[in-house]
Amino acid sequence: MEHAVRDIHVSTISDAVKKLCMDANWRLEPDMLRAFDRALGRERSDAGKQVLTILKQNAEMARTRQLPYCQDTGMVIAFVEVGQDVHVTGGALYDAINEGVGQGYTEGYLRASIVRSPFDRVNTGDNTPAVIHVDVVPGSTLKISVMAKGGGCENRSKYVMLTPAAGLPAVKDFVIECVKTAGPDACPPLILGVGIGGTFEKAAINSKKALFRELGSPNPDPMLDALEQELLERANRLGIGPQGYGGDTTSFGIHILTYPCHITSLPVAVTIECHAHRHKEVVL
Amino acid sequence: MSVSTGSDGIKDVRTPLSDADVRSLKAGDRVRISGAIFTARDAAHARLAPLVDKGEALPVDVKGQIIYYTGPSPARPGGVIGSVGPTTASRMDKFTPALLALGLKGTIGKGYRSQAVKEALREHTAVYFGSIGGAGAVLSEFVKKADVVAYADLGTEAIRRLEVDGFPAIVLYDAHGGDLYQDGQKAYARENA
Repeated sequence: MEHAVRDIHVSTISDAVKKLCMDANWRLEPDMLRAFDRALGRERSDAGKQVLTILKQNAEMARTRQLPYCQDTGMVIAFVEVGQDVHVTGGALYDAINEGVGQGYTEGYLRASIVRSPFDRVNTGDNTPAVIHVDVVPGSTLKISVMAKGGGCENRSKYVMLTPAAGLPAVKDFVIECVKTAGPDACPPLILGVGIGGTFEKAAINSKKALFRELGSPNPDPMLDALEQELLERANRLGIGPQGYGGDTTSFGIHILTYPCHITSLPVAVTIECHAHRHKEVVL
Repeated sequence: MSVSTGSDGIKDVRTPLSDADVRSLKAGDRVRISGAIFTARDAAHARLAPLVDKGEALPVDVKGQIIYYTGPSPARPGGVIGSVGPTTASRMDKFTPALLALGLKGTIGKGYRSQAVKEALREHTAVYFGSIGGAGAVLSEFVKKADVVAYADLGTEAIRRLEVDGFPAIVLYDAHGGDLYQDGQKAYARENA
């Protein structure tokens, strides 16, 4: 069947990204707000309950005053699914995304947290560039998912190449070890994105992609869903609790994404995400 | 004396702090901080460090003061400050003992500190407070005035003098070796984690 090529102008993309950046930082998604309520229902620690209550207030204040939920408004990670029948007009896709990020962060009074080089550490002033991952998919739409990824939690993300012989028990222990080493530095309650399989970089990208699944929703694979529940239960037995002050809510959720891998490999990447889990998406 | 206990059990702390003030604070104490505090994070500390090494004057006198590890988001027009929660304190560990030796009495941040910082808190009678990471919007309410006092070119990482009124925090590490993280987590850690 013949498909007509659909034109999407870069200004449409920039405008959409600008809005996503502002919204993500001002308005936590409903899945996060529900997670606070679920946790408040079972948290035993007074300090933990108090932290969770303040974080709920913080989300409400951020939304009503258009203030960022966290002053670390993150590095923008954009996953873009470009329909193969889409033709981007008027400029380059990557430039359009960065244009939207720059506008969103400047006009939204969001913090500029990106330095142009890891060595000279000079701030780019408008939070650009974003980290952009593009997939080409069937169809004639363009889907943009953005995450404003905080630095404190990102700094606690980890990767390991396990052996096939070490297998599932080693994967489990590694994930739990990541929660322990993240501790209070990464602003618990944490969300973990776990990429298992693929290669070094595929596992890492999947660990980010996994975070976009709705929090509290089941993994479509029953085996992985059971594994996620087991790991979440173990993480919440560590006692770290909200902000590390002690308690039952160390993690809100653990999301796993797998990929086929080489007979010799068992790569595992864990992205640590804080409770300021700011993600939004749009389909153009 | 700049520390008093309110009727709600929360300790009111007013800067600057004396050694006696610091000694009266215990890990786990909830506090409300009022007065002037100074912001500084990675880039500002990197500029302060060579001055400290050479024994030169710092752009702010840290004696008796509190440093808040934060890089606020920009204020909206007419606003005092944007969101202003804590950043991870351990990145400043390398610089902290030298500042405590100069009389710095407190730091505010989040997360574990090194053993060297813990020892320096005892040696120099100082305290490490925690504010809630990721509660930057709520915390901005307690900041009444914000002025850049050094390194304006660093943007969010400049040193700012904040006037705070009742800024909520908790004592994470006290000057006696007390550690809220250890005590709090031990109480909730369960077997077979």
